[in-house]
Parts: sequence; C-alpha cells; structure tokens
Amino acid sequence: MAKTRISLTVNGREVEELVEPRMLLIHFLREQLNLTGPHIGCETSHCGACTVDLDGKSVKSCTVFAVQANGADIVTIEGIAAADGTLHALQEGFREMHGLQCGFCTPGMITRGYRLLQENPNPSEEEIRVGISGNLCRCTGYQNIVKAIQYAAAKLAGATVQEAAE
Amino acid sequence: MIPSAFAYHRPKSVNEAVALLAELGEDARPLAGGHSLIPIMKLRLAAPSDLVDLAGIADLKGIREDGSDIVIGAMTTQHELIGSDLLAGKVPILRETALLIADPQVRYVGTIGGNAANGDPINDMPAVMLALDATYELAGKGGTRKVAARRYYRGTYDTAIEPGEILTAIRVPTPPSGHGHAYEKLKRKVGDYATAAAAVVLTISGGTVASCAIALTNVGETPLLAEEAAAIVTGSRLEAETVKKAMAAAEAITAPASDRRGTPQYRTKVAGVLVARALDRAKARAA
Repeated sequence: MAKTRISLTVNGREVEELVEPRMLLIHFLREQLNLTGPHIGCETSHCGACTVDLDGKSVKSCTVFAVQANGADIVTIEGIAAADGTLHALQEGFREMHGLQCGFCTPGMITRGYRLLQENPNPSEEEIRVGISGNLCRCTGYQNIVKAIQYAAAKLAGATVQEAAE
Repeated sequence: MIPSAFAYHRPKSVNEAVALLAELGEDARPLAGGHSLIPIMKLRLAAPSDLVDLAGIADLKGIREDGSDIVIGAMTTQHELIGSDLLAGKVPILRETALLIADPQVRYVGTIGGNAANGDPINDMPAVMLALDATYELAGKGGTRKVAARRYYRGTYDTAIEPGEILTAIRVPTPPSGHGHAYEKLKRKVGDYATAAAAVVLTISGGTVASCAIALTNVGETPLLAEEAAAIVTGSRLEAETVKKAMAAAEAITAPASDRRGTPQYRTKVAGVLVARALDRAKARAA
C-alpha cells in the first residue's frame, strides 16, 4: 500500500514523514520517531500506557492511525519537561510522592494528568480518580499516583504566573 | 497488532464522502472516532479496503437547537456532549449517558454518531435514542433521508443504514422542561460495557406519570424499547406494585446472551432492577 506523507508537530518540533495508512500512532511515535516514552501495554485501548496529548485531548495512541494525526499537535512524555531538563510539576510529584513502582504506566499517567490539570487545575481526589480511570497501574499504586497529581496541582497553583508566562 | 492494509481518504464535505463511498464500493468503511472500528481492524475481524475519515467534515460537528429539536452532528464526541451547556440544560440524559461510556481518553475521540450508528447492541446511546424518540439523518449518493431510531436497529450490526450511506446528524425532540430522566448502567468496572442498562424519560403531572419511555441496553440483539413496561407505569403514581409489573414486562422482552458479564437469567434480572432504579431516579428529578 502506498505511503502517505503526514506533517505534524511533536513535542514542539515540526515533523514530516511517510507512513502506511495502517500504521498506528503508537508505532509511528516509537519506531519512526524513536519516542519510546509512550508504552504499548494492552494494545486494546484499555490500559492507557500509550496515552499522548493530541490537539489538547488525551488519546490512546494504539487506537489512532498516524494518518489521522496529520496536522496535529502532539505532546508525549518526552515533551513534558522544560527544554532545559527541569521536571514538570507532575514529574516532580511522581518522584516526590513515590507515584511509580515498576514505572510502566507512568508516561501515560503523567501525560493524562497533564491534560487533566489543564482542564481542572484544582481537582478533588475523586475527580483525579475519575480523570485517570482510563489508565491502569498493574502495581495498583493508585494511592500515590493520586497524591502525585495532587502535589502537582498544588505546585502549579503556586506558580500560576510563571506558567502563564511560558 | 497491525491491521490489514487499506487506503485512507479524508474528504472535506458530506457530498465528497458519500461520492467516495459509492465509488469505492462495499469494502470501504466510513471512519468516525474509530474506537469501535480500529480495535476490530487490529483483531482482523474487519479488513476494509478503504477508510473514509469523516473527521475533516465541519458540517458533521456541533450541537444546535432547531425549533423544538436539538440537532447533534454525528462527529460530535462524547467529551463534547459532556461539555455542552445546551444539552446539560435541555437533554441531560445525554450527558449522564456519555459520562458512563468507556473512559476519558475514549470519550475525547468516540463520537455519538459512531456509537449510535454501528448497530452494536452493547453501545449505550442507542437505547437512549429510543427513549428520546430521536431521528437519524442519513446521507448517501442518492440524497438524504430520515429514519426514526425506533426503526433503525434490526439485529446485531444490522441497521437501516445502506452501504454507502453515513449518519450525518441525530435529531432529538427536546423533552418538556421538568421531565425526569435516568440512565442506569451496571458494569463490572470503569470503562466496561453494560451488563445491562435502562434509560427512562418521563413526565409527571399532579403526581402521576403523564408520559414515559423506557429502553434497554445489551439484553438482546438490538437496543429494546420497553413499550409495555412504559404503558404500565403511565397514568400511575409509580407505586411499588406498578413498578414490579413494569419490571416484569421489561424482563419479558429481553433475550441476553451468556457472556463474561453474566448468564442470561442474571442479566435479565439486572435489566428489571435497573428499570426500577431508573424510574425511581427519573421520578425524583421530574418537576
């Protein structure tokens, strides 16, 4: 099958690539762009390990074709930290609150939390749990994941001016 | 999991989309949010020759009021339904239902059109559309037509839609203000499909039920309109005895399969219980 040219923005970088229409976005990111942060977990749109931010929406990149992302603006876990390497409040929160055990679900959890906190900067515990309900942690470490997101929300609230200036 | 190869098309208008579907033939499929189609393509249970992606068609988006109806573009996502103030005010059962579908990521992408149109009885929106007496607007190469949701579903994945046609919009008659509603869904975990679910839309006048529609999800080959159950409660004050009869009438029309969600007997009983709960909650909400 002929390849299709797609151009999109990934972590702030303009990308132009040829893809087969059947190539899933997760495979495109991992194998063609070498962005292996988004993980392949269940491959059936349940686990959320492949979550990326696409045009301001959290999506499971195992259930989107790369061609559908033509023209899109994508952020993966690799694009969450600042350019100088300073961790995002969520990454810092996961470290400080022990929000990861094996770490497999973490990129999806953080990428999902990234969108959740933009839509709801001050979520209740229940809103966080509902907000990450599309992400599974097989270590069942949800307690600390919730705490990590609460940490980030508090930190971001204290740093509103700085965030808005970026 | 890698699907079979296909050619990808992204038309800009409904006319272009239906012309493409007509030209490409029966092995071509329209692509909405893709969260039903892409998983079955990955399992190779479907291998379309072509996908006609509807995401680039602006006319298929949006929610608007049109006289006494609310018209919802087929490509409106569940996330957009949840965020709509118009729907929250006028047809709140749609928001309530959308919140029970899958999980946040899927709701950002999954569309009301895909959920309603594809004919999978496990989907939640079809029963709600039966309860609301919605109309589906279909477009094909030969023109457009309207089909009542109550006449659309024929069997599992078997609907009134013809090859080459797409659902463009859903027209919901705005329920009277002060109506009561509820969508009660039993699921094993967040993100799961329904073991069974019941939709109720009713009006109450002077303490008695003036009108009522009841529909059921995933307890048959199609969503089911529980007409007899609704007739039993209409005119009543929803006394316990009446609700019991309505539950029995709803249970009587079910024919669920046995699956990992339960045995047919269990799922039938669940449907009855959910009808009672939905009636109760709808009554409490009615003005």
